[in-house]
Amino acid sequence: MSAEIKKTAEKESFLSKPAVQSIIASLLCIIVGLFIGYIALLFINAQGATDAIITIIKNYFTYPTKAAALKYCGNTLVKAAPLLMCALSIQFCYQAGLFNIGAAGQYVVGAGASLYCALKLGLPWHVCLFAALIAGGVYGVFVGVLKAYLNVNEVISGIMLNWIGLYTVNMMLNCVKETASPYTVSIEKTNASAVLPSLGLEKLFSNNKYVTIAIPLAVIIAILLKVVLSMTVFGYEIKATGIAKDAAKYSGMKEKRNVILTLFIGGALAGIGAAFLFLTGYEQWSVTQSSVPGMGFNGIAATFLGGLDPIGTIFASYFIQHITSGGSYLDKNAYPSQISDFISAIIIYLCGFVLFFKFFLNSRIRNKKNNAEGGNK
Amino acid sequence: MVLLLQYTLLFASVLILVALGGCFSEHSGVINLGLEGIMVMGALGGALTLKYIDPSLPKILIVLAVLVISVLCGAVYSMLLAFACINFKADQTLVGTALNLLAAAAATVIAKSINIIEDPNNVSSTVQYVEAKKALVVNIGKFQFNWFMLVAFIALVCAYVILYKTRFGLRLMACGEHPQAADSVGINVYTMRWAGVLISGMLAGVGGIVYITAGVSEWKFENGVAGFGFLALAVMIFGQWKPVNIGLAALLFGFFRALSNVYSGFDFLAALNIPGSVYNMMPYIISLIVLAFTSANSRAPKAEGIPYDKGSR
Repeated sequence: MSAEIKKTAEKESFLSKPAVQSIIASLLCIIVGLFIGYIALLFINAQGATDAIITIIKNYFTYPTKAAALKYCGNTLVKAAPLLMCALSIQFCYQAGLFNIGAAGQYVVGAGASLYCALKLGLPWHVCLFAALIAGGVYGVFVGVLKAYLNVNEVISGIMLNWIGLYTVNMMLNCVKETASPYTVSIEKTNASAVLPSLGLEKLFSNNKYVTIAIPLAVIIAILLKVVLSMTVFGYEIKATGIAKDAAKYSGMKEKRNVILTLFIGGALAGIGAAFLFLTGYEQWSVTQSSVPGMGFNGIAATFLGGLDPIGTIFASYFIQHITSGGSYLDKNAYPSQISDFISAIIIYLCGFVLFFKFFLNSRIRNKKNNAEGGNK
Repeated sequence: MVLLLQYTLLFASVLILVALGGCFSEHSGVINLGLEGIMVMGALGGALTLKYIDPSLPKILIVLAVLVISVLCGAVYSMLLAFACINFKADQTLVGTALNLLAAAAATVIAKSINIIEDPNNVSSTVQYVEAKKALVVNIGKFQFNWFMLVAFIALVCAYVILYKTRFGLRLMACGEHPQAADSVGINVYTMRWAGVLISGMLAGVGGIVYITAGVSEWKFENGVAGFGFLALAVMIFGQWKPVNIGLAALLFGFFRALSNVYSGFDFLAALNIPGSVYNMMPYIISLIVLAFTSANSRAPKAEGIPYDKGSR
């Protein structure tokens, strides 16, 4: 009898761990999100829906040979690295109580700065990367100053800056576009020194030339952020500002400086993210694009799915990119590839319920505990 | 010149409708950042109505059908926000953003699926409504009057009357200022907030269809509504959450948005040789400047953004 109580107590304490709860919540979000996506597929065309959802989940595993699968796995990782950076940007700012939806715009100016330095000025990759960092960071500072000194809602100013950034970058990169297409010229042919080095990593992915140091760097930055947030005074101040701004100010923290600094770092992360993608040559910028790239917005999904933790965000970013890439393998004449975006959006919406879910779980655990103790007495 | 006036009024109508939507929601205490998404859903509903309706029907019927469907789509979609934020106390910024992303993805998926079913080789997300759209406008000389301009004006008058002259409006605003006090005198805060969000959904839904019928006869749903929902929020803040000020602010913003459509028709503007992108940026830059000057002493409803918890009275 007592052993049984002990066992349930252990089980309860396992469930009451915050990390475990976060993982359960995220997995639930994924399952429900995929299920709703499946229902949507059924509505569009019931016949191939099961195959379609399996294609999305399998992504590169649909390729029969191991070499091909590895190569396309590399492609997914190439795009997961910038996504992770955008997610980290949003995640870091969220710790300070700021919803950095402007990450999309910071990503855009990062892309603009790195491509301009690479294609127009012919600078080597590390300078281009640094330019993206500064451009994104400064762009974040706009939001930070507006927020700290003029009380402008960071979501609205972020969105405005996203569009301003998009049109500015389109104008700026107009001078390095191909004559016959709206795309910027190929980075390999124009300035090979601006391509990120791969250090032999491409051999792991059947010579996928787009696999570069960007991928391990993104993971290292995530781990670094985890250390900064949980072990340094600065990280503590950021979190304190996020939880109780006035209390942080009262205890002598410079909350305005922290807001601006946070957004500089956030912007820099998103800017680097863009350089991580565009300096591999995997994608070229289209100077006629009329909508802000979705990378920054997908970052929101990755961040919340990762339970607002840098390490969790690594896995979540990979997952979001995995299903996004998987969506592109769908039969285009039967299903729209945006079904993956749809699933990601559902997942973000469901993440809104996570807090309630944890509250519900905790109160149940507490009730059970009380009941068990009452029985013993 | 007439063209500039026409577009100014048209875009101002969009901004008035959507900003009033934001106004109702925020006065009830819920920040509705999902306006952009609600606009997309309203626009999709309206566009599909225009696509499938018989263009030979009486014009007034077409206008009414489009209006009703857009209102319904907007209201139904806004329920997602109300449900999560009022009943489940979710983070309003997060859910609003999710709604925007969800609407963009869902509208693209729906528009594409319809196109694919009609013709498997047509994988675009464009919905066309050339014929039926003609019912929405009346030509008065060179000026093309759009029935939705009238709708926006009526909405503005109604919003003023409802907010300041009716019991419902005053109660609604009480829930945004001090929900605990409102609750203590017997107002159901949850119901009032639901009402606020639903009204915002209806207005934003109409705003969506007006936006995508402004000067064009087809819409590519991959583009969403280009940040117009957020411009409307800027208009609302600039208008200090008051209907009349919102109307004036909308005219100003509408003017700058209209400029980007018609600048090439003015000789002196065309002679300046400024790239089109600059005109495209204008509304966003203006709104940033305006926000910078008006946000510091903002008259925002005091309890907006804070989920109401009966237990914390």
